[in-house]
Amino acid sequence: MALDPSTVARIAELARIDVPEGERSRLALELSHILGWIEQLGEVDTDDVEPLRSVMAIERPWRPDVADDGERREDVLANAPKTHDGCFVVPRVIE
Amino acid sequence: MNELLGLSITQAAARLAAREISARELTLAHLDAMEAYRSLNAFITETPERALAMAEASDGRIGRGEAASLEGIPIGMKDLYCTADIPTTAGSRILAGFVPTYESTVSANLWDAGCVCLGKTNLDEFAMGSANVTSHHGHVTSPWTRAGDNAALVPGGSSGGSAAAVAARIAMAATGTDTGGSIRQPAAFTGIVGMKPTYGRCSRWGIVAFASSLDQAGPMTRTVADAALMLQAMAGFDSKDMTSADHEVPDWSGLLKADVRGLRIGIPKEYRVDAMPEEIERLWQRGAEWLRAAGAELVEVSLPHTRYALPTYYIIAPAEASSNLARYDGMRFGLREEAEDLTRTYMRSRAEGFGAEVQRRVLIGTYVLSAGYYDAYYVKAQKVRRRIAEDFSAVFERVDALLTPTAPSAPFRIGEKMDDPVAMYLNDVFTVPSSLAGLPGISVPAGLDGQGLPLGLQVLGRAWDEQTVLDVALALEEAAGFATLPYGLGEAP
Repeated sequence: MALDPSTVARIAELARIDVPEGERSRLALELSHILGWIEQLGEVDTDDVEPLRSVMAIERPWRPDVADDGERREDVLANAPKTHDGCFVVPRVIE
Repeated sequence: MNELLGLSITQAAARLAAREISARELTLAHLDAMEAYRSLNAFITETPERALAMAEASDGRIGRGEAASLEGIPIGMKDLYCTADIPTTAGSRILAGFVPTYESTVSANLWDAGCVCLGKTNLDEFAMGSANVTSHHGHVTSPWTRAGDNAALVPGGSSGGSAAAVAARIAMAATGTDTGGSIRQPAAFTGIVGMKPTYGRCSRWGIVAFASSLDQAGPMTRTVADAALMLQAMAGFDSKDMTSADHEVPDWSGLLKADVRGLRIGIPKEYRVDAMPEEIERLWQRGAEWLRAAGAELVEVSLPHTRYALPTYYIIAPAEASSNLARYDGMRFGLREEAEDLTRTYMRSRAEGFGAEVQRRVLIGTYVLSAGYYDAYYVKAQKVRRRIAEDFSAVFERVDALLTPTAPSAPFRIGEKMDDPVAMYLNDVFTVPSSLAGLPGISVPAGLDGQGLPLGLQVLGRAWDEQTVLDVALALEEAAGFATLPYGLGEAP
């Protein structure tokens, strides 16, 4: 499947990565090359095969629903680019 | 070279216990080596003061008879493990300046076992790479060079800094992480031992996530015995990681034996790939002969879906990565590039923060998960992944372990294989299938190619059967007698 530059722009928007217009053609070629290589999976008969989501049959353990950690505001904010009064400062979210 | 730098962990532990050397002395020797080989760029952050403080604490515990299993052993910590109060970058610009306020479970286990932290080792950005050339902090140079040629070679990746540090005798051991081969391939490229345990053996908590259904921590050491000892300290159930398994950690180190009599070892015929150098094929045959001579039975087996493992991996790993890396939005931590609105701030931050390979994989992952393509790519890959896992299950009913080469080529020059991402991905052709199946594997240095560069053999085993993998590896190690030092290492420091 060959990707065109406008598809690259759409994926980049979904991935929230700014890909300048001048780079979209190059990326379209690179990604098309990778996807073309990936398409050989079409040769494998997977009718009636269940998708494998987790390799190990790990039993989900149960525990009491009690908080055992918390009260770490300073730790949580320690690496924030901007904080104010114990809160994250972010660009306006709602217009 | 200071003779302390030539010791294995097992040898050093014996001399520390006998008080022939101190942990401080041992650490100082390694700190000198770290300085002497700084040009390899194996470390992103060096922590010499912490190392000396930890070594002195180890000397105290040794003096009081309270030594733990790895007491006083100086190690490198891959810069993908969050370490409290020590910068953790994942080799990415987006985490420049990030200082965790908490410790990953595996690194905490190692400090509890007495290890001394020399620093944080370089890696491919977010562990995405096979040559350690995608780090924001620059590429890592292997301590190895071709005979009669000084051109800088790659140490493999993504745990390339760890591999270079252990091979160059800067660290006695180092941690790695392996998603599709990131421990085993660099171990092979640098002539050391690297082991990926069964998925679920080590906690992933506090390790920067790449592809969560594949990521596993593991040791990088110079001997198989050291790998057993170190993995034992790293492994174990952790209630903070729902995929860590509540299985007892066996005494791999105590039970380790080179006895392979009666074991059935499979040689998967699909691992004979096109364009693989003849010397790798010959080394593989020699490995099989060593095991046969030691009393194992060699059997040719078939893993029919092997050739589909890499394309499967390059759907599943980027899909999981695109989801995991969504957290880097410049709001709560990491790089923020202010722009006119929130969405543009996200987009600018991620464009400035992620390097080319990471962007490529996030875009691929986003694409294969997007509406209209999810079934055709992602679900299809999960189905093929089951086929690959079933191949291994069927074969492990007949054999106890598999023997393969670790990588399809010898180490290459820095800058090679950069133009074509798929050519770089092919490095992991022998390590990715077992990663997709979650199985344990180890790379053992087994010989040199015609240019004097190290080549590794890989042993794969059943889930949770690290013991057999280690035993077969030990038999190979004893037969191979690999003792070559990287060239030039005899001179400094």
